[in-house]
Amino acid sequence: MLWVGLDRLARLGRFLWSGWAGLAGLALLAALWQAGHEAYGAFILPAPLETLAAAARLLTDGSARAMLATTVERAVTGFALCALAGTVAGVAAGYSPATLRIARPILTVILGVPPIAWIVLAMIWFGTGDGTVAITILISATPIVFVGAVEGVVTRDRGLDAMAKAFGAGPVRRFTHVAVRQIAAHLFPALLLALGTAFKVAVMAELLANAGGVGGALARARAMLDVAEALAWVSLAVAALILVEYGLIRPARAELERWRDAAAPWGVKR
Amino acid sequence: MSLLELSGIGHAFFGRTVLEGISLAVAPGEIVALVGPSGSGKSTIAHIAAGLEEPRDGQVARRYARHAMVFQDPRLMPWATAAGNIGFPLRLARRPRRDRGASVLAAAARAGLEAEDLGKYPVELSGGMRQRVAIARALVVEPDFVYFDEPFTALDVALKRRMQDLVIEAARGARFAALFITHDLMEAIRISHRILVLDPYGRGIAGERWLPGQPGERDDAETFERRQQFLERDALFAHIDDIDERVRP
Ligand SMILES: Nc1ncnc2c1ncn2[C@@H]1O[C@H](COP(=O)(O)OP(=O)(O)OP(=O)(O)O)[C@@H](O)[C@H]1O
Ligand SMILES: [Mg+2]
Repeated sequence: MLWVGLDRLARLGRFLWSGWAGLAGLALLAALWQAGHEAYGAFILPAPLETLAAAARLLTDGSARAMLATTVERAVTGFALCALAGTVAGVAAGYSPATLRIARPILTVILGVPPIAWIVLAMIWFGTGDGTVAITILISATPIVFVGAVEGVVTRDRGLDAMAKAFGAGPVRRFTHVAVRQIAAHLFPALLLALGTAFKVAVMAELLANAGGVGGALARARAMLDVAEALAWVSLAVAALILVEYGLIRPARAELERWRDAAAPWGVKR
Repeated sequence: MSLLELSGIGHAFFGRTVLEGISLAVAPGEIVALVGPSGSGKSTIAHIAAGLEEPRDGQVARRYARHAMVFQDPRLMPWATAAGNIGFPLRLARRPRRDRGASVLAAAARAGLEAEDLGKYPVELSGGMRQRVAIARALVVEPDFVYFDEPFTALDVALKRRMQDLVIEAARGARFAALFITHDLMEAIRISHRILVLDPYGRGIAGERWLPGQPGERDDAETFERRQQFLERDALFAHIDDIDERVRP
């Protein structure tokens, strides 16, 4: 027990330490941004520090927090729905080759339609509001999760299935004890991608449907030609995404994928 | 009454027949070695006998209480530590968690694993250690029948002997009966009561040879002598190294 706790602490330490590398990357981006600002002027591209200040102002004056919360709530709800639907459907299809063969072309069609088209359709069907945003997220992000789950099921090590069967595991326990871990390995990258998509689509749908939230605020900033505020809203949305990703999904993944750490040679630990 | 009985087993993969008319029986406490050239269908027989594969025709009668299997490759779960892998059958048998530790340690010790290796993941273990984990996993449930599919090929000579002694000792105490698949005739002679030779094309069991005395009572000179006799003067064994002959330059 103590050992597991220590191991977890060590991983947290390594993770925080790797934050420096992330910070260095962000600093590089900020330097490029600053260069752009100096070349084109504050009207086209406000300085990064100025944007940060604007974002901080938005956060402290209260109303922004509510709008941000609206968007995050919509994105996370949409993400949760698509994660659930995509995983269940993907696992089922993975175990049933016939379903998979039918689902593949449907998937190609759904993925081929740009999210913007779904937003327009959803606006016509559901008006402007939470429903439109949720449906658009669901349609654009579910296929990603679905594909990840299917991939996890079909690429699982069948030798391990046979092993579990030899030791007396029925189909259910072969799934819960052996397949789930292998499916998760493919599912997590897909979930990260779906989360990012959920945030992007949420903001886009809000902007087009004028449904409030960060997208609504962006629409207003565009109308006023206020680039600083627009950029501030964008950085706030990105910050929220990073918070959800690193606070929720990555820790869950790290917990499940501990053995991969053991496989990585020294110095390559991420 | 035999513990395991296959009668008239036939099997095909995607329409290609690999086994036909396989009949064999294993008595309680008996170690039966199954030899045959590579690709003749030995692993498939073990999988059918253990219920992993449905035979196309024929019947399998299993009269033992609990079987275990050591596969040709270790088949460890990469996300579980050595201890987790060894304890997996106990988890499946719904043995309470607090009882598992002692059983895992005992099985690991019998398979020659150190306690310090038990916390490692399969990627951190050597090939031989992985195979020993697989052997410990088979022993942990105290089976009364074990399928061994070329289990000791990845082990060095000393360890191989030790593992063979483990099988011999279990057979002597009638702890388990076993179907022991191997390429190594010396190994087969050393540990078994009876050797079955599979037809090179899986068309039935070509023949069997009873070995005099009990496993473990035969010394090395005698074992070697018998191997030479089988290979040089016994037509039954003429084909068992067929593939090896072809591979040789
Ligand atoms: N899952 C499978 N799908 C298709 N063909 C298979 C499958 N498993 C085995 N075979 C074929 O069945 C034949 C017998 O294979 P098997 O693994 O039983 O041989 P073996 O006697 O164990 O060989 P070795 O000594 O090399 O392990 C081979 O020709 C092999 O190609
Ligand atoms: Mg084999």
